[in-house]
Amino acid sequence: MQEILQYLFSGLTNGAIYAVIAVGFSMLYSSTDLINFAHGEFVMLGALGMVSLTAGFGLPLIPAFFLTVAGVAAAGMLFERLAIRPVRHPEPIVLIIITVGASIFLRGAGMLIWGKNSYSMPPFSDHPPIDFAGARLLAQSIWILVIVTVVTAALHLFYRRTLTGKAMTACAVSKKAAWIVGIPTKWMVLLAFGLSTGMGAVAGAIISPITMPSYDMGTMLGLKGFCAAMFGGLGSLWGAILGGFLLGILEALGVGFVSSGLKDAAAFILLLLVLYVRPQGILGSADVKRF
Amino acid sequence: MYGRAQKIIYAVFVIAVIILGWSLDNEYYLQLLIFIGLNTLLALSLNMLMGYAGQISLGHAAFYGIGAYVTAILTTTYNVEPILALPAAVGAAMIVAWIVGIPTLRLSGYYLGMGTLGFGMIIHILFREWSSVTGGASGFVGIPPLEIGPLIFDSRRSYFFLVWGVVLLSIIMCRRIIDSRVGRALRSIHDGEKAAAAIGVDTKKLKVQVFVLSAAMAAMAGFLYAHLIYFISPGTFNFVASIRIVTMVVIGGMASIWGALFGASLLTLLPEWLHAFSEFEMVVYGLILMSVMIFLPRGLTRGVIDIYYRYRKSHDK
Repeated sequence: MQEILQYLFSGLTNGAIYAVIAVGFSMLYSSTDLINFAHGEFVMLGALGMVSLTAGFGLPLIPAFFLTVAGVAAAGMLFERLAIRPVRHPEPIVLIIITVGASIFLRGAGMLIWGKNSYSMPPFSDHPPIDFAGARLLAQSIWILVIVTVVTAALHLFYRRTLTGKAMTACAVSKKAAWIVGIPTKWMVLLAFGLSTGMGAVAGAIISPITMPSYDMGTMLGLKGFCAAMFGGLGSLWGAILGGFLLGILEALGVGFVSSGLKDAAAFILLLLVLYVRPQGILGSADVKRF
Repeated sequence: MYGRAQKIIYAVFVIAVIILGWSLDNEYYLQLLIFIGLNTLLALSLNMLMGYAGQISLGHAAFYGIGAYVTAILTTTYNVEPILALPAAVGAAMIVAWIVGIPTLRLSGYYLGMGTLGFGMIIHILFREWSSVTGGASGFVGIPPLEIGPLIFDSRRSYFFLVWGVVLLSIIMCRRIIDSRVGRALRSIHDGEKAAAAIGVDTKKLKVQVFVLSAAMAAMAGFLYAHLIYFISPGTFNFVASIRIVTMVVIGGMASIWGALFGASLLTLLPEWLHAFSEFEMVVYGLILMSVMIFLPRGLTRGVIDIYYRYRKSHDK
């Protein structure tokens, strides 16, 4: 019982991270029909940016956090403006290779800036771990869960309550129709990139104390976040959250009861199962191209 | 006319291979050319699937790996003759492709890409974690050189001729498939799957068949790779490797056999040239990849031809 609870805690923590990364994928996909293979690299930028701003420049935690997220979001918008918008025939395969190129570029840039070492970062607060029926919950895990909840709620409100958010939803439904009723679709795409990469940066910043951030941390995180997004249903906000948490918990239980080596495989086996059985994901809409 | 032009191209190709093989004494250059040959095989195999049938695969390195690992395990652990391990290696890849292909190829677009990506990752993790059989993350050592009867391919020069002989045969085979009834059916799937099905093409069966063929060619490349290097490790067959094969096809130009050769050469040589940039290597590589796709989305060969036509049009006025 105590063991299961411990696995559950670590699963929840990882799951929250996957959820935020998956939301980034999902949001971008719904408003641009594009899967950003460089998304994991933006997570890396968030984590290492956070390390540099706090340890390198000595900024306090909160300004460092917002500065990192804003900076990475700006980088994401720059990426859209320079590498995605100029593409004349945006076919999936061309966009896949461009974003893969961007991920190699960003990884290279990360290596140039931060070198090949891993960094360590102190947790957001010095509280001792909390005991829960014998299982320990790290203070940083609580930070992660709280921040993820706040961010998700904010996003939900943004989509439902603000004019810009509603305009973005309209873009996701039909870009042409949105353009006809006067929504500046180009700006919406730019904004979607900013929000999506900003979410990646949030994920990076909050896990920097519990992983050892390094320039090559992004790829695996990105791929797993992507699996989570598929699992929950690509294009759905709550689907991405659900997918992320389920993946995190399943992975943690897999580590506990099967083998830690096969941990990474769990996400991809799940991905294949979802694709074969229910490609629209748990919460996705049914109009998935499946021949 | 068409046939004769093709014969001339083949003749030029054969002569070029023979001249290069006899005149080059530098082991490094020979090795580089062997790698270009292996990558051409990979690009060719994916081109059949992606360029002609229009089906994306982001996990093709898995078949490359299956070819390499099956022969490594059979020849080293079980002392099987390499020549007998070849059909096993290729056959294993074909069976896996058949089993995976039936459910996966029902997907399309991004979803197909994701399915193949997941498959590739699972195979990669299997190579890495099943260490009692595959040697795990540190790799598999001591693979014997390739022997076919009295012939031993242990020098770079002999291997060069072997690899390029296989490349030539594969090019001829692909050319003949593409120009046949099956090839036309394949291209019809690329242009419109529903339309192809409506005029009587068994699209489901054909897609699985071309997937299996493509897997077999990639496994052949893997087999040759294992007996060339004598050492394999999971890192060679990861997600990045799969993406590299896709890049070769797209940069060379989809649905073009000589484009595959060109893309493979470019992507084999590019990292060698980029060594001059040392630390900036990755940054420059990523930039090149992005700019080629932004400005020449149909690949370098087609892109240059397009620019030439545009130039002529503007001057004819």
